[in-house]
Amino acid sequence: MSTRASVTTSVPGVKLQMEHIGMVFARDGKSVSVLEDINLDVRDGEFICILGPSGCGKSTLLNVMGGFVSPTSGSVSIDGQTVHGPDPRRILVFQERGVFPWLTVEGNIGFGLSKLSSSESRQRIAHYVQMTRLQGFEHTYPSDLSGGMKQRLQVARALAVNPDILYLDEPFGALDSVTRFIMRGELLRIWQTERRTIIFVTHDIDEAVQLADRVVVLSSRPAKIQDVLSIDIAHPRNLSSPRYLEHRDDLLKKIGLAYAE
Amino acid sequence: MNSLVRLRPVAFIAALVVIWQIAVNRHPGQLLPGPLEVLRGIGDLLRHGLLLKYVVASLFRVTWGFLLAAVIAIPLGLTIGWYRRAEMAFNPLVQIFRPISPLAWIPIAILWFGVGDLASIFLIFVGCFFPLLLTAMSAVHNIPDVYVNVGRNFGLNTADFIYRVVYPAVLPQLITGLRITLGIAWLVVVAAEMIAVNSGLGFLIIDARNAGNRYDLVVAGMVIIGTIGLLLDLGMRSLERVKSFRWGYSEN
Amino acid sequence: MNSLAKPGRWEKFFWPVLAAALLLAIWHYSVVWTATKVFPSPLSVEKGLAELLRKHVLWADIGDSLRRVAIGFGTAAVVGIPLGLTLGWYPAANQVLNPVLQILRPISPIAWIPVAIIFFGIGDRAATFLVFLGAFFPIVVACVSGVSNVPSIFHRAGRNFGLSPAQILARVVFPAALPQILIGLRIALGIAWLVVVAGEMIAVDSGLGYLVIDSRNSGKRYDLVVAAMLLIGLIGLALDIGFRRLEKIRSVRWGFRS
Repeated sequence: MSTRASVTTSVPGVKLQMEHIGMVFARDGKSVSVLEDINLDVRDGEFICILGPSGCGKSTLLNVMGGFVSPTSGSVSIDGQTVHGPDPRRILVFQERGVFPWLTVEGNIGFGLSKLSSSESRQRIAHYVQMTRLQGFEHTYPSDLSGGMKQRLQVARALAVNPDILYLDEPFGALDSVTRFIMRGELLRIWQTERRTIIFVTHDIDEAVQLADRVVVLSSRPAKIQDVLSIDIAHPRNLSSPRYLEHRDDLLKKIGLAYAE
Repeated sequence: MNSLVRLRPVAFIAALVVIWQIAVNRHPGQLLPGPLEVLRGIGDLLRHGLLLKYVVASLFRVTWGFLLAAVIAIPLGLTIGWYRRAEMAFNPLVQIFRPISPLAWIPIAILWFGVGDLASIFLIFVGCFFPLLLTAMSAVHNIPDVYVNVGRNFGLNTADFIYRVVYPAVLPQLITGLRITLGIAWLVVVAAEMIAVNSGLGFLIIDARNAGNRYDLVVAGMVIIGTIGLLLDLGMRSLERVKSFRWGYSEN
Repeated sequence: MNSLAKPGRWEKFFWPVLAAALLLAIWHYSVVWTATKVFPSPLSVEKGLAELLRKHVLWADIGDSLRRVAIGFGTAAVVGIPLGLTLGWYPAANQVLNPVLQILRPISPIAWIPVAIIFFGIGDRAATFLVFLGAFFPIVVACVSGVSNVPSIFHRAGRNFGLSPAQILARVVFPAALPQILIGLRIALGIAWLVVVAGEMIAVDSGLGYLVIDSRNSGKRYDLVVAAMLLIGLIGLALDIGFRRLEKIRSVRWGFRS
């Protein structure tokens, strides 16, 4: 884990508001309720983890927040404006296959920068290549990158357009556990350098406790917010400290309930 | 070791050719020519300047028919594949037209274009159109949703989206489809040239038999057709290996 | 891919019917406006179809075409599948034979007609031979491909369980390759249908292909030409759909999950 100076986690101002979000899918003539009455306020610069068992609808919730899908009921507003569709001010990082295989690292990072002058975009690309530690790979194609590097590339591409919010949909789920550890540290490092609101979906309890300011626990389908846990340990978090383990056990119990339903 | 292994197929072909010659020698007076006769036939064509003329004529028609079909069918197929309702509308019609052999269009081709080059090109066009249309539709379907979502996320306008996401994403499958369809075009040209007037490899085969039972020229024509078809295929395959396309063929 | 709203079930019928109606309308009116004396209008095609059905010639022709496809395709499968499996199983054999196949494959079956006539004379057998040629290569290629694409994990599992090579081929490799082989067979069937029609236009005097060319040659009956073309399309489609049903059988369905 990184050894940067700790940063306080409470930032005033609500960035994203979800009110009475419900999502019903029609499948084979039956209607399946995936999300039920989700209400959540996310503060500016916060790091929120959405934790829940597989298949409970976390990704759907993220897609609703990102505007990729319209909720059946309720609304999402960002900075007071209702969300109608995807927008480069809030970028989603996918679990896998998110980078464009026909573009190099540079090409991918520069994907959203077409409105900038070429010198500006070159600067920005170089900046994020450095930040995600991909130096030396600028002209490499994704097929020659490891899984972890591809995810870093996605993050770099996302950050390059200066979004307000970063959504991450189980971004480390396809990686081995050692890489996952390293990536969590990297993400925190980047978050502390360039502060954004981050909403991170995972089913991994350790990941949630390690990263988040607040953990939103979802029940299994239909997903409701079961609990919201604040983790008030300063970064870098000691994974063996009693406080950490307390939070972890707490979550374990709550998630245990979610799995048992 | 490596070069010996490479020679095995060559040796095999040589053996086949020898068997062929022996079989022909054993049965004098029958019509099928032996390899020597065929070679002499090819020499004949070369001497009369016909070989080059016929090859060029066939390639000319294939190129025109194939390119016309590609230019129309690919954008059309991409569009139909993208809009679900367009596909619902046109897919049944396409499925009915597709199994109709290009040759079955001959009467209509002659009706519309008379006997000649244009009719042959039309037949090749028909033979290429439906496979390319279906390839383009399939390629659009196979674009992973992730790419579409990233494009939407970054706020691309429609033109940008098509140019920077759709086109690169469908390219590998399109190239494979183009290669296969070029092979189809080459098959059709032989049939199409039956109504050509005076040139082409397909014409050679039909005419050589009709006007004098020159079976040596018939088989010579077949050998040339096979060789050029193979070269076309290899040429397209090397296109697939161009670096910026290669991504589509390796694991992402 | 792009759906503003999920299309309703009724739309599955509405849109194709609309498109077909549009096509028919364009067809009909172009015939009327260009006052062409030769190109048939949809109505005359319909009447021509009825005429064919009444004359009973149609059923004989359809039967002939289907018969040639059945024999030619069947033979190609019987010869091609074992050959393809062998070539896929023994890469050395494939390395030797493949170049020959690659040279023969681009030669249109139509180009074989003179040679076919030498061996079989004009008639049924020549046409069937052409169908065989057309179907043979795709089947072999698909089998080779299917066998080589079976993951080596399966081979190892087979050996692990003590199977002999022949058993591995029969009980592991063949079922694993079956989806791809079926796709190859379906494509080959489509090609067979194309070839039989083409062959019948040149080398025989019965069948749907012959019907197309004969309707023009003896009387410029373009209404019958188009009627025959539509039949060719519909029957070819029916063959394809029928074959796709095979892909739904449980033991191969796994290979076709999208």
